[in-house]
Amino acid sequence: MEPLIDIVSGVFVAAGAFFVLVGAIGLVRLPDLYTRIHGASVIDTAGAGLLIVGMMLQAGWSLVTLKLLFILGIFLFTLPVAGHALARAALREGLEPKLTHDRRAPAGDAPDAAEEA
Amino acid sequence: MFALAAGAIIVAMALVVGRAVRGPTVFDRALAGNSVGMLAILLLAVMGFLTGRPEFLDIGLVYGLLNLIGTLAVLRFFRRGDLAPDEPEQES
Amino acid sequence: MELLISFALFTLLGVVTVAIVSQRNLVAVVILGSIYSFLIASVMVVLDAVDVALTEASVGAGISTVLLLAGLKLTRTRDYRGQDPNVVGALLAIAVGGALVWGSLVLPPFGAPDAPIHQHVAPRYIEGAGTEIGVPNIVTAVLADYRGFDTLGETTVVFVAGMAVLLLLRRSSLQSAPPSDDEQPAMSGDLVLRVGTKLILPFILLFALYVQFHGDYGPGGGFQAGVIAASAVILLGLTLGLRRARRIAPPALAHAMIPLGVLIFAGTGVATMLLGGDFLEYAVLAHEAKEGHHLGIMLVEAGVLVTVSGTMISLFYAFVERGR
Repeated sequence: MEPLIDIVSGVFVAAGAFFVLVGAIGLVRLPDLYTRIHGASVIDTAGAGLLIVGMMLQAGWSLVTLKLLFILGIFLFTLPVAGHALARAALREGLEPKLTHDRRAPAGDAPDAAEEA
Repeated sequence: MFALAAGAIIVAMALVVGRAVRGPTVFDRALAGNSVGMLAILLLAVMGFLTGRPEFLDIGLVYGLLNLIGTLAVLRFFRRGDLAPDEPEQES
Repeated sequence: MELLISFALFTLLGVVTVAIVSQRNLVAVVILGSIYSFLIASVMVVLDAVDVALTEASVGAGISTVLLLAGLKLTRTRDYRGQDPNVVGALLAIAVGGALVWGSLVLPPFGAPDAPIHQHVAPRYIEGAGTEIGVPNIVTAVLADYRGFDTLGETTVVFVAGMAVLLLLRRSSLQSAPPSDDEQPAMSGDLVLRVGTKLILPFILLFALYVQFHGDYGPGGGFQAGVIAASAVILLGLTLGLRRARRIAPPALAHAMIPLGVLIFAGTGVATMLLGGDFLEYAVLAHEAKEGHHLGIMLVEAGVLVTVSGTMISLFYAFVERGR
């Protein structure tokens, strides 16, 4: 049983680390603030989630697992709130997202009239 | 395995710090700041497992909460101030 | 492995520092500063200084960011207008720094086991914390008990600093506008933030209490708990509006808390004197010495909590109100 838990948690941890990297690369390489928020959220949901589950498996039933659960809860709670607030504030300040097709135009306009780079 | 994860988190941190330094608008930096906080928590948790000292998790909890407050503070004071990107909003 | 991690963190710290120095946009500098705080707190954790890391994280990442931004808003600067290079100043700094480095060369090597403090002071505290005081967290034992006098001084420093800032920032009560402002806080109408804040606030306060009382057994203590509690109020003010924050944590109460904590701390010392011991000799507080130590530590940590949280909350209010 023991080695099985080790293997499974190892898989989780490795997957979590992978997603953390992917998210960070996304944060750096994606073209625009709104898509970068996406990258950050990958770190925090997939990356953190898998890592923490992997660690919880290692810790077994103990206070450590409970604290890890709390940390996960904080992650899942605060990053979406922060990202939401960020996107909202940016939009309010006028930061335009990079779109190939702006569907926000009112129904009367032709679709290509609102095309942006 | 945990060592590998720690290494990955550090690399991720380096990348995100790069965004914080470069990111043209303040929002990019605020996002990067938020993510650095999250990565620091993960790093602490992994380190706690590597060194066999899970007391680090308390610090992780504090980081998590304060991270949120710091990010919100940036946005709040931003709303009332003027927009201050380094350049006008054209992404590099 | 830990060496590698510290190495990487230090490199990142260097990068962030260079960025802070070369950035002109001050808001960016503040954010980079909070990143710096996270990084150095991580370094401290790697170096096993967990209590310090907790304090650094709470102060540097949360409170400092908020207060610095508030200061930026007050002064209305957004960019750092560079100054002419100050050659004399640079030379002076280099001279003094060089003298300090030269003076430090005669000190024992860092961490050498035969350094004087490791021969006498450190073993005394390490053993005494277990036998005399019975508190597992040696840092708390040293801070609150063995070096309690120092901590009283630090608390007084926080008190003085808070008073000074308040004196500078507060308008007289004749001038202060009645709090009819902030009918719509900056994030009003933002349901996600409002609900989220309402959900998370009780946990933050509970966590502050946990850190306070758990400080005997794990990292924590009055200072960290005070900052976390103040952060809860700041979060309240940021998202739900100042009016609400003022109702829940009235500024008058926060102002009163600043000296109250010092009073609690010093009062404990006076109480021990009245009971026949020396100033801050906790052993006389209870019929058994260890009990007395526990009680004394709890009281003074409470004093620190009250002063620190009162100061942080008052500073927040003062900065934000001044900006109206």
